[in-house]
Amino acid sequence: MKYAYYPGCSLECNSAAYDHSVRAVADLLGIELREIDDWNCCGATEYFTQDELTACAVIARNLALVDPQLDQVVAPCAACYLNLRKVDHLMQENAELNQKINQCLAAGSLHYDAGRVRVRHLLDLIYSDFGEAALRDKVVRPLTGLRVACYYGCQIVRPFGDCDNPEQPTKLDEMFGWLGAEVVDFPVKAHCCGGHMTQISEPQAFELIRRLLANADDYKADVIVTMCPMCQLNLDAYQARVNGFFHTDYKIPIIFFTQLLGVAFGLDWKKLGFGKEIVPAEPVLKKKLTAVAAA
Amino acid sequence: MVGHALELRGSPFLQEIIREVPGGERIVHCLQCGTCGGSCPNGADMEYTPRTIFAMITANQRDKVLKSNTMWFCVSCYSCVSRCPQKIPITDIMYGLKRISIREKAYQGTDAPALAKTFTDLLDKYGRSFELGLASRYYLFNRPLAMLKMGPMGLSMFTRGRMSLTPTKIRNVDQLQAVIRKARELGGAS
Repeated sequence: MKYAYYPGCSLECNSAAYDHSVRAVADLLGIELREIDDWNCCGATEYFTQDELTACAVIARNLALVDPQLDQVVAPCAACYLNLRKVDHLMQENAELNQKINQCLAAGSLHYDAGRVRVRHLLDLIYSDFGEAALRDKVVRPLTGLRVACYYGCQIVRPFGDCDNPEQPTKLDEMFGWLGAEVVDFPVKAHCCGGHMTQISEPQAFELIRRLLANADDYKADVIVTMCPMCQLNLDAYQARVNGFFHTDYKIPIIFFTQLLGVAFGLDWKKLGFGKEIVPAEPVLKKKLTAVAAA
Repeated sequence: MVGHALELRGSPFLQEIIREVPGGERIVHCLQCGTCGGSCPNGADMEYTPRTIFAMITANQRDKVLKSNTMWFCVSCYSCVSRCPQKIPITDIMYGLKRISIREKAYQGTDAPALAKTFTDLLDKYGRSFELGLASRYYLFNRPLAMLKMGPMGLSMFTRGRMSLTPTKIRNVDQLQAVIRKARELGGAS
């Protein structure tokens, strides 16, 4: 199976652990990811805030650059996934906008036929195209005894809802259940992490982060798995400051879902990007997993 | 039919929103149920929740809407959109309000426009985002005191190899810039 791959800027550096683990897990499952040549930033939410046509055109350049032999693109980052999905949708629904976007692309000698490329998230791809039996078959290090809170965030499940249910997503929960983990209830699993509010208004952002950490802590999760670089950054890198702000003492590791898949599949920790998270994950995971193995 | 009638006698501001936002005409179907504000993670901090904003748009209260903090508290989580019984593209309308507010410099008390501009200036220049450039420029010019608090976090990101000191530039940045220039020239998306 071959797919175009759009890593996005976060996966290049601040969330390199996501990129490393995506590639390692894809490799193991026989998913061939071909990076879009010379892709550009999707503009996150920041271009839509200022100029809609430019926002769309900048995103559409990436769709236009997808290898003509491929008809699906995988984007792990939530903002990238939504932006590609959204612009393809807008172009299909709105003939005038479609024409304008293609006029912009033509200035760079590019063209994109709306609907040509199907935008997928890796969660849906692994869950739907592989399924329980195939994934169980790959487990060499069962996640037994590990209490996992599955965090979906916003932009992968909403607004389109074609990756998972927008209100009560379950695919991550099911998948880690198949791999032996004890998936805990996590009622806030599709709530907002604050997004870029950490840069604009800290009290509001910190409260949203606190709610997520508190909820995971209430259910005694050992680890939170996420699918989004922004969620990972906010919950991990801001955890110490949130603790300072609210006088709490959370120490919950925040890792990408592909990192934990890789652990279950027996892949090398370093190869999965462990050690890049601010709240260390490896000691907790190793302790829990060996405790069960020894028992 | 009701929607059509409302649209015809709609306020000029409503007509403006309809021109600005694809799907903006759905505002006329708002039932004033308030599910949007109740679903919003930042609803409590908004001067007016989306429900109220839609009533104000219909009532042509343009200045009050554009000066409000409402859209700047929208973080694009789409909770309201997925719950709206009338399928109003609320997040996109918030984006539209942000754009008009920026064009007319009507916003007050928020650094969000500066963050957005700094972000996209770097994108226009390199084709990729550049976090260290974004953080340093944005904080230096907008929130110099907050920069101190960011120091330890920035350092721990850097020591873990999560912050690059130099930007990555795409190969064909000329092509991207030609696309952007054309988009600016054509203006407005809908």
